[in-house]
Amino acid sequence: MANQETILTVENLGVKFDNNEILRGLNFFVQKGDVLAIVGPNGAGKSVLFRALLGLVPYTGKVQWSPKLKVSYVPQKFNIDRDLPLSVGEFLGFKEKNVAKIIGALKSVGMTDEHHIEHHILKERLGWLSGGQIQRVLIAWSILDNPDVLLFDEPTAGIDVGGEETIYNLLKKLKDARGFTIILISHDLNIVYKYANNVICVNKDMVCYGEPSIVLDPNSLAKLYGGEASFYKHEHEHNQ
Amino acid sequence: MNIISNPLFLQLVVGILIGLGAGYLGSFMIIKRMSLVGDVISHVALPGIALAIIFNINPFFGAFTALLLAIIGIWYLERKTELPSETLVGIFFALSLALGILITPEQELLEALFGDITKIGPMDALITLVATLLIFFTMFRIYRELTISVVSKQLAQSMGINVSKISFLFLLSVAIVVALGLKVTGVFLMGALVVVPAAAAKNISIGLTSFTRFAALFGGVSALGGILFANYFNLHPGPIVVLTSGVLFITTLLFRK
Repeated sequence: MANQETILTVENLGVKFDNNEILRGLNFFVQKGDVLAIVGPNGAGKSVLFRALLGLVPYTGKVQWSPKLKVSYVPQKFNIDRDLPLSVGEFLGFKEKNVAKIIGALKSVGMTDEHHIEHHILKERLGWLSGGQIQRVLIAWSILDNPDVLLFDEPTAGIDVGGEETIYNLLKKLKDARGFTIILISHDLNIVYKYANNVICVNKDMVCYGEPSIVLDPNSLAKLYGGEASFYKHEHEHNQ
Repeated sequence: MNIISNPLFLQLVVGILIGLGAGYLGSFMIIKRMSLVGDVISHVALPGIALAIIFNINPFFGAFTALLLAIIGIWYLERKTELPSETLVGIFFALSLALGILITPEQELLEALFGDITKIGPMDALITLVATLLIFFTMFRIYRELTISVVSKQLAQSMGINVSKISFLFLLSVAIVVALGLKVTGVFLMGALVVVPAAAAKNISIGLTSFTRFAALFGGVSALGGILFANYFNLHPGPIVVLTSGVLFITTLLFRK
């Protein structure tokens, strides 16, 4: 680990909204090529942590990215419904004008048929795609400008269980092929065990930090989730 | 006869320009889920018009000032909360209308409520032309940013887009087009000219480009058809313009995507 390049250092990070403490005392670092998962119950401040990392909310402490790093962020909240008149091509066109590059990005997220992409997918209304396909389009969006780091807030929200696995496999494949660093928020600890090399448990404070198989012990899970911990632990052992 | 001073020609120019602008802006009102706001925003203008008449100022400026205050209110609500503020907006607009009806001098009330495009002059046409160009110029500048912030406010922020500024510029454009359009359709119906052509365009569009273009086109066609029809049958143009957009809406329903 020592020879790896540290690209993000976070020291004593705290966020407050109107005197309401959302996060406090977070310390961690991210190295190039890491997959860092952020876990925690609903309302624990995970999305706020992302927004602080991006400098979108005021914070105390230190968030230091290495210089000239390109960070791409895919938030959880999208208002893409069936009703929105916006085609896939138009949406991706907001980020990249070059159609060949757009097709390339869609190919690398698993839409392989170029003819189908050009004549159907790009002209389709974004909201008419399935949840899994929308997620692929969002991943394509995020990789269009060749970022160094991908920040994903619940990449599989609203996707069925089978589809989740596919999306994570896709992210892993992209990471291996292009050497991205990935920071993701996930509610699914199985996924964290399987794909992340580091995990932060957040519930206002940092409850745990380290390799998933080491730090996600019953103790810290109980601290993080309360009663649900044993269920998650069981699932984990089952998968080993 | 000089075509510039031909009353019908002037009406058509002003009507079509406002129709184009209203339709185009309406398409963004719809994707921003502000149809109700679009529909009733013009009601706010009435107290402004009334005060302008009482103090002997050009009613356009009274209307625009009232609308400006209203959009600042809406903008503030948008910033403060993620929730749709439609109930509050609905109540506020209805109250403004009631207040406006009460204080508008009676002999001016009918014109304020239903508009009267037959009374416009060359100066109105010039103001409308300049303002419409300004609106389209603004919209072409903020089109991309506005759409991304509709898709996801957080995504837009992460890309360095000033969501709040973009939203304000958009609402300001809406206030301008509504203030202009009060001459065409009046307080009661101007909102309809913003929303109905865009709703019709949505029926037949998959993507944003066709949606916004059809919305502008339908707005312009509603004004053109409505003014010509009203002129021929000697009817009040405002309601006919809105009814024309209604006919377009019903027609497009048959071809709904």
